[in-house]
Amino acid sequence: MSFVTRGFGGRSRDRDERLPPGQTLVHDFPVLSAGPTPEVDTAEWSFTIVTEAGTHRWSWDEFQALPAEDIATDIHCVTHWSKLGTSWRGVSLDTLFEDVESQFDYVMAHSFGGYTTNVPLDELLDGQAWIATEFDGEPLDPEHGGPARLLVPHLYFWKSAKWVRSLVMMPRDDPGFWEQNGYHIHGDPWQEERYW
Amino acid sequence: MIGRPSVPRSGWHAATVVAKTPETRTAARLVLEVEGWPGNAAGQHLDVRLTAPDGYTATRSYSIASSGPATGDATRVVLAVDRVPDGEVSPYLVDDAREGDRLEVHGPLGAFFVWAPDAAAEVSGAAAADTVTDAPAVDAPADDPRPVQLIAGGSGVVPLVAMAQAHADADDPTPFRLLYSVRTPDDVYFAAELERLRAASAPFELDLVYTRTTPDGWPLPPGRVTRDALAAAVIPATEAPRIFVCGSTGFVERVASWLIELGHDARDIRTERFGGT
Amino acid sequence: MDHLDGNALAGPLADYFTFDVTAATARCNGCGEVAEFARALVFTSPAGTVVRCATCEHVLATLVEAGERAWLGFSGVSAIEVRRA
Repeated sequence: MSFVTRGFGGRSRDRDERLPPGQTLVHDFPVLSAGPTPEVDTAEWSFTIVTEAGTHRWSWDEFQALPAEDIATDIHCVTHWSKLGTSWRGVSLDTLFEDVESQFDYVMAHSFGGYTTNVPLDELLDGQAWIATEFDGEPLDPEHGGPARLLVPHLYFWKSAKWVRSLVMMPRDDPGFWEQNGYHIHGDPWQEERYW
Repeated sequence: MIGRPSVPRSGWHAATVVAKTPETRTAARLVLEVEGWPGNAAGQHLDVRLTAPDGYTATRSYSIASSGPATGDATRVVLAVDRVPDGEVSPYLVDDAREGDRLEVHGPLGAFFVWAPDAAAEVSGAAAADTVTDAPAVDAPADDPRPVQLIAGGSGVVPLVAMAQAHADADDPTPFRLLYSVRTPDDVYFAAELERLRAASAPFELDLVYTRTTPDGWPLPPGRVTRDALAAAVIPATEAPRIFVCGSTGFVERVASWLIELGHDARDIRTERFGGT
Repeated sequence: MDHLDGNALAGPLADYFTFDVTAATARCNGCGEVAEFARALVFTSPAGTVVRCATCEHVLATLVEAGERAWLGFSGVSAIEVRRA
């Protein structure tokens, strides 16, 4: 059963031809979250990359001393919104993985608060991904993942884990949180890889 | 011993707005005529689904202010909807909906935040141990003499009004007390009904707390419900009341944590947070 | 982000179950607490609904809906008590 209710229009929905299939342009920055926003103090914060051989660790101050880049990119959320020309600043994963050796091809991103998402390593390197600490010239707001989030803009935005704290190398492409619960293991917006 | 009154099976129903009146400055009361409505227990809610001409849909939950079995007037349900700024469904219901409009409702929903006058009567003694009734239910010991405390913040009073009304309609002897926090006297929902409930023979006490403006001559200055106010206006833990709390997430969590500090058992406290837009 | 409670699951889950899940109890795999789903914390977003234990915030269940498809995850509970009608 379904019928139109007189007088109900819903919120206005724009369309834009430059968007991936099934996407709608937004001008605000919707907040999506699977739980409470973790309070992460940069004094306590650290970022780690974990391999079969050991752990690489950066404190907040050490992380701030790494070369950072400005990133201008479009972002695409699986919930059908896209935002064009967003501005970020962060450290390239090429920089972070410079001294990391691993036989494994896959990465699980882990966040404060327990969120996880999986990404193949070769989709994080060669200028495709960053650990972002600024948005629009300001420190990243906690509700958008601050102090630091993963930024992998060529994949649906659930892969850009908010409140990221570690990347753990793994031998298989094990599914992360949403990927275990219905979402696509890969998540390419141009292929509309939304669900299983 | 657990009393397990069944709740009617939920489903999708076509509903027609048959009456709409202002409830407060920001809220409207809607009476819906629901085709095939199976009746509902006091405290249950329903989901309203609106569909735009292009197929876009929006669904929100609303508590039902009425209750009763599927007879006579029970195909009608009463809602009281507060307009949430920047909301999508509530502004439509409060400002745009008019008599004769049709919308879809899904319900009745929820068997947890429910009070039924016959909860105690349905189960008695050892025989009940073997009684298996329809799944969802209200916990209620046999011959339950325990009083019921209702605590509402703002429009959270809606399901509690349904419970108090069911209590009065059944002329149920269980002591009921409602603590109701509102901004101003103009923000009181179901003001006339609450007065009638006070006068009804079923025992019902009402304590109002005004957070912004009080009526003239009110003995207390305006202010939020505090732990002390709660201690003063809530049936004490020594009487082991069954407690229903409904309001915003912040209100419910503050109140629930104070109730536990005041000695109430967490199992006796049932809460419902609203957040619909 | 503000959360709701498990009462809000009644409508979404009524499409998939013949009993009211919100009044059913489940055991949390995180802390062992046994409680009605109605007491859980519910975080909703257009991506999906995440149900967390009110005691330890462990994820109890997820619901992802996409048109005619839906995914129900109960990875965080060891069992749900269901009573026969």
